[in-house]
Amino acid sequence: MLKILKYSIFDLLRSRWSYVYFFFYLSLGFVLLFLNSDINKAIITLMNIIIVLTPLIGTIFGVMYYYNSKEFTELLLAQPIKRSKIFMGQYLGIALSLTLSLFIGLGIPFVFYGLFKSAAIFDFSLLILVGIFLNFIFVALAYNIALSTENKIKGFGYAILMWLFLAVIYDGFFMISLILFNAYPLDKFSLVATMFNPIDLSRILILLKLDISALLGYTGAVFKDFFGTAIGFIFSILILFLWVFIPVLRMKFKLKMKDF
Amino acid sequence: MNAFIPIFSPKNFIKNEVKLFLIFLLFLLTIQINSQTKTIQVCTTCDVKTIKKAITLANDRDTIFVKKGIYKETKIYINKGIHLIGEDFPVIDAENKTDSVFAIKADNFSISGFKIKNVGMSYTKEIAGIFVSHSNNFVIKNNRMENVFYGFILQRTKYGLLSNNKIIGEFKTEATSGNGFHLWKCENMRIEKNIVSGMRDGIYLEFVTNSHISNNTSANNIRYGLHFMFSHKNEYHHNEFKKNGAGVAVMFSKFIKMHHNTFHYNWGTASYGLLLKEINDAEIVDNIFEQNTIGINIDGCNRINYKNNHFIRNGWALKFTGGCYTNIFEYNNFMHNAFDLSYNSRLNDNKFEANYWSEYNGYDIDKNGIGDIAHRPVKLFSYVVNKTPETLVLLRSLFVDIINFSEKVSPVFTPNNLKDNKPLMKPINPL
Amino acid sequence: MIQIKNLHKKFGRLTVLDGLDLEIDKGGVFAILGPNGSGKTTLIKCLLGMVIPNKGSIFIDNQSILKKWNYRNNLNYLPQIANFPTNLSVKELINMVKNLRPKKANEKELIGLFGLKPFLNKKLRNLSGGTKQKVNLVLTFMFDSELIILDEPTTGLDPIALIHLKKQIQKEKENGKTILITTHIMSVVDEIADEIVFLLDGKIYFKGSVDALKKQTKQNNLEHAIAELMM
Repeated sequence: MLKILKYSIFDLLRSRWSYVYFFFYLSLGFVLLFLNSDINKAIITLMNIIIVLTPLIGTIFGVMYYYNSKEFTELLLAQPIKRSKIFMGQYLGIALSLTLSLFIGLGIPFVFYGLFKSAAIFDFSLLILVGIFLNFIFVALAYNIALSTENKIKGFGYAILMWLFLAVIYDGFFMISLILFNAYPLDKFSLVATMFNPIDLSRILILLKLDISALLGYTGAVFKDFFGTAIGFIFSILILFLWVFIPVLRMKFKLKMKDF
Repeated sequence: MNAFIPIFSPKNFIKNEVKLFLIFLLFLLTIQINSQTKTIQVCTTCDVKTIKKAITLANDRDTIFVKKGIYKETKIYINKGIHLIGEDFPVIDAENKTDSVFAIKADNFSISGFKIKNVGMSYTKEIAGIFVSHSNNFVIKNNRMENVFYGFILQRTKYGLLSNNKIIGEFKTEATSGNGFHLWKCENMRIEKNIVSGMRDGIYLEFVTNSHISNNTSANNIRYGLHFMFSHKNEYHHNEFKKNGAGVAVMFSKFIKMHHNTFHYNWGTASYGLLLKEINDAEIVDNIFEQNTIGINIDGCNRINYKNNHFIRNGWALKFTGGCYTNIFEYNNFMHNAFDLSYNSRLNDNKFEANYWSEYNGYDIDKNGIGDIAHRPVKLFSYVVNKTPETLVLLRSLFVDIINFSEKVSPVFTPNNLKDNKPLMKPINPL
Repeated sequence: MIQIKNLHKKFGRLTVLDGLDLEIDKGGVFAILGPNGSGKTTLIKCLLGMVIPNKGSIFIDNQSILKKWNYRNNLNYLPQIANFPTNLSVKELINMVKNLRPKKANEKELIGLFGLKPFLNKKLRNLSGGTKQKVNLVLTFMFDSELIILDEPTTGLDPIALIHLKKQIQKEKENGKTILITTHIMSVVDEIADEIVFLLDGKIYFKGSVDALKKQTKQNNLEHAIAELMM
């Protein structure tokens, strides 16, 4: 697996798109930090970008890599290597190379800015952590979609739909159902609904740090326990791990019966 | 004695600075010592072993020095204009008895340098470390209190100075704890440089007029850091209110000036930096509201000028909950609040002009420092959250951004005329 | 060498292999033929473990290979379409495959044979189809394995390379290797195949030598013989 991982990373690090992604984050970081020099604003803007864009990029890279390297994967499948190792290697390769782009791309401008002296280091680390989780989650989801869809165009379509659903549509339904069932106690429902969407979950994780003053304005006792203590943070991280773990597990399961 | 009355007459007092007052006090003391006054020493090995005994021996203008030690006394009545000075913080331990330690009804007295502890709790009586009533012209300073039911209770007093006192409560429940400073029907009081924490209300004022509250720190109190009821023409400034259960409440009062205060980290469901209820004709200037659940909750307040305030990373910077008319908000900074403004009605009679909004994304082509398009500080999402509070979990999601944007383009739910026509491009006096 | 018993494979509703039985002895070149969609590629992929059969068993050297992967160490496979990671150079690709397979490789000789030396440092994305196929061939033949499976090996090759390929196959055969080959070029089959395995409707329709096939169909020409089988 490590060999496959090594070659996938090697391959991706030479890909033009990795650099586009890297330079995007690099310039974003510099623009945000040096053009308005308000670190709080930069962090908020970055959060908006990370929770929307990282999943999109992860999804696209995931399906793209899968379909583009399909024939090569077949060559690998004929080698004496276990199936799951090939795909886990590729999966980790993509997720890690995306993580690297994100980490270095944003890290450089922040280091230049003097992040390590500023109090925003925690906010920044949290953003990066969430970005890494989203990379791993969405590449895994994309691989699941690609593994289940032979047709490349369809696979792309489903992947983009999945992203659109989780990034926007889900929240739309979420909000509408909250408004419709206004008369019932909804705090448990809304927390559970948040857990079922990794983007919402990541957003909440950042909000716990960024907007805790607002979140604590809500009356429900469940909310209060969740947001007001470390439970919320620890629980969210655990669920994010599950969000990586379950798609990977399904990937392995799917691979056992998949024909190439 | 007569010679001093004009100096301490009500007319002049309010104009004098505190320092001046202290100098005069010192002056007064020296004169007293030089004239036919006496001093009494109290200590465990002295002739006079209790404070009570010393007071019975003393006359007006006498000074009692209490040496370091532990004095287990309560119900110390003072009805003379004497000066009670603790040396190296003698401890007065009330041993949880349900009586006030000092009960004072006198003019021209002073108490300083004591440490008062273990004053018992009662559901029926008002018991304090120092209880003052019907008194004028006094100074209470440099005292410390620990584990007291109420710290100070003052009733019907005038021209009193409370300074540099420190009250540390033990975070009990709201019902079983009293206030740090509890003032009722007082005039021309000064409460300065005190520290209060862990009490019910840090400072509680009811029917108090013409008073100054300044440079105090009121933190971690169970209910309000400062609580103001029916108290007109007061001024409070340079205070810090931090992590109080419900922040600061100013209610049913007129002509209040609030400036240079800091309100921060007041988190919770009913927690405000500042709660204004039925306040008219006030000035709120140069304050900092940082990371409160609600910066200012404004309920039925009219003709208030808000100027040069900083609202930073609050849940709601301003939340209007009742009819509010002709308030003016200008030259304030609204930075990174989850919601800058929450409005309860579709009508607006308040003026927002020339504020800095960190969310403003207009442009300034003519480079005059003022954005060329107006800013609408009320978001549709704040309206949704008002109706359905659970939707708060969707804060800062892409979907919410989209609906906010569409509302901005064509306002349906938010007041059409609620906008800042001259949004500033740069924050005012950045912190 | 290979025993396949009662092999079934369906893709959705489409039955591709329908109770296929096949035995292949050690040594020799076996041409797997059949019309489009007869299940040639599926059969090969079952052997490689890339397609998982619904039913049936496959043994190589008396060992069941289903859900195993170690046996592939003794198997070389040439895939039909050669598509490699575009960012790698030829040399890197060869080194990578060598790295993945802990076995001695004689790629140098093959690189010389197919004239790939000038391309070694070129990126794969810049190579023509034919050159890619040559790289593909190098990757396949550079390991010494008992079983060699070639799926349409002649695609895109120029005549010289084709001659080299045939020679290479001949050489491996002489070394006692078992070679399975699918192709549509009958001349190649005629030239190098010892036995023909003809698939139709997911079953073995004919298995025997080229001569036996010609005899059975009463045709002198192999192409016509095959056509006769299909009808």
